[in-house]
Amino acid sequence: MNAILKTEKLRVEFKNRETRQAAKVALLGLDLQVNGGEVFGFLGPNGAGKTTTINVLLGFVQPTSGTASLFGINVGQPIARQRIGYLPEMTYYYKFLTAEELLRFYSKIFGLPGPEAERRIDGVLKLVELESSRKRLIKTYSKGMQQRVGLAQALINNPDLLILDEPTSGLDPLGRMKVREIIQRLKTEGKTVFFSSHELGEVETICDRVAIIHQGELKAVGPVNEIMGRRASLEKAFLDIVGYQPQPTP
Amino acid sequence: MRNILAVADIVIKELYRRKDFYVLFIVTILICLVMASVNIFNNPDIIRYVKSLCLLLIWVSSLVIAITTTARQIPAEREQRTLLPLLAKPLSRSQLIVGKFLGCWIACGLALLCFYAFFGALSASREHHWPVLSYLQAGLMHWVALAVVIALTLLGSLVFAAPSSNATICFVIVGGILFVGRYLDVVALSLQKPWQTIIYAVYFVIPHLEFFDMRKLIIHDWPLIQWRFIGLASLYGVAYAAFFLAAACLVFRRKAVN
Repeated sequence: MNAILKTEKLRVEFKNRETRQAAKVALLGLDLQVNGGEVFGFLGPNGAGKTTTINVLLGFVQPTSGTASLFGINVGQPIARQRIGYLPEMTYYYKFLTAEELLRFYSKIFGLPGPEAERRIDGVLKLVELESSRKRLIKTYSKGMQQRVGLAQALINNPDLLILDEPTSGLDPLGRMKVREIIQRLKTEGKTVFFSSHELGEVETICDRVAIIHQGELKAVGPVNEIMGRRASLEKAFLDIVGYQPQPTP
Repeated sequence: MRNILAVADIVIKELYRRKDFYVLFIVTILICLVMASVNIFNNPDIIRYVKSLCLLLIWVSSLVIAITTTARQIPAEREQRTLLPLLAKPLSRSQLIVGKFLGCWIACGLALLCFYAFFGALSASREHHWPVLSYLQAGLMHWVALAVVIALTLLGSLVFAAPSSNATICFVIVGGILFVGRYLDVVALSLQKPWQTIIYAVYFVIPHLEFFDMRKLIIHDWPLIQWRFIGLASLYGVAYAAFFLAAACLVFRRKAVN
């Protein structure tokens, strides 16, 4: 299988500003491989290191040691991000721009030629159902609409790999359904999707493989049914893997 | 270059969609108009005094626009988290810094054009002549000085977290250089070592923004300065701006942006 996304012995330590000592180890030698065409769920409790991993993959944070690559290119090089789309957990975009202007700006960064960019803008705005609001300033959009602008910008370059950081958090059921539909559609188009989520039911439905990370360490990785084993749900498997012990009721 | 221009375009769009620039421009126009109405007994000294006040106001306004707009560029991107989707694109951090610089510099250049055109028109209406080339030289040098100030502020915005503290420090540094910088060598002469060496070092290290202050050329209708000196001064300014930008790129290169 061709590895689209790969990390090897990835370690990230955050230093204390005063003492310059390692205050927190966020990732402990993470080895991860995501293959082309799969939908990969990245799971873990809060503070497990999911967002840190995504931050390293996008070049926002420098790893203390180890390597990370996208399409075989080290993530330190901007060209590694040419074929990816990214939707952050919280979406904030330039509020003084309209959705159309924002997408035009991002398409310039991707080097899309004018007519191709306009065609892509029309396509993604139609996909996220923002065609009628395309000339409105983003500051007048509702939260759901802003999330859809986020999806549109993540898809503007027709990415081969989509990285989504908790894409459905804070969305209403309709918004979640829309995101799910888009992920399914990308999967049928042969695209790779890497996403972190706390919605385990959703992950169980749409993912080919999942990885479970806890306290910076990879605890399990494999196809969903393998991870679940004989357990009734992915949620049950997740709780077992991270060592959750239910407190006895007094 | 494409990425740098795209970032610069967004910076310019933001500046003209915000109200700060228009407020400052209108205030400057109103004060200049009030001053221009003061023309007691057609005394040339008073006319010169009024011109010097108007030009001082233009300098202050342009510095306020340059520092306040540049100081918030990167911190606002971080605070509003617009930096994350932006840096997730094939855009290097150096391109972002240079794009921000270029956007702020071009926007300040446009603001200067408005200020000088207005002041020139006002002055021409009172004195019935308009030395266009003098205005061009003064405006060009002013714009080069703003390049140094913008690059310095951009570097400051990566070192100091809060835009307000960065803006205050930059105002103090720029004000200090403009008002005291030219006298530092004289001050050094009156001191004992090691202070003499330190003050001399500061004198030779700081960008001498007073080189670019050509208000007197307009105020006293002095003859034009030779263009080769304008060229040399521009090179001097560009070298300092490039140094501050390179330092900003170095600081930003490994900074975590999460």
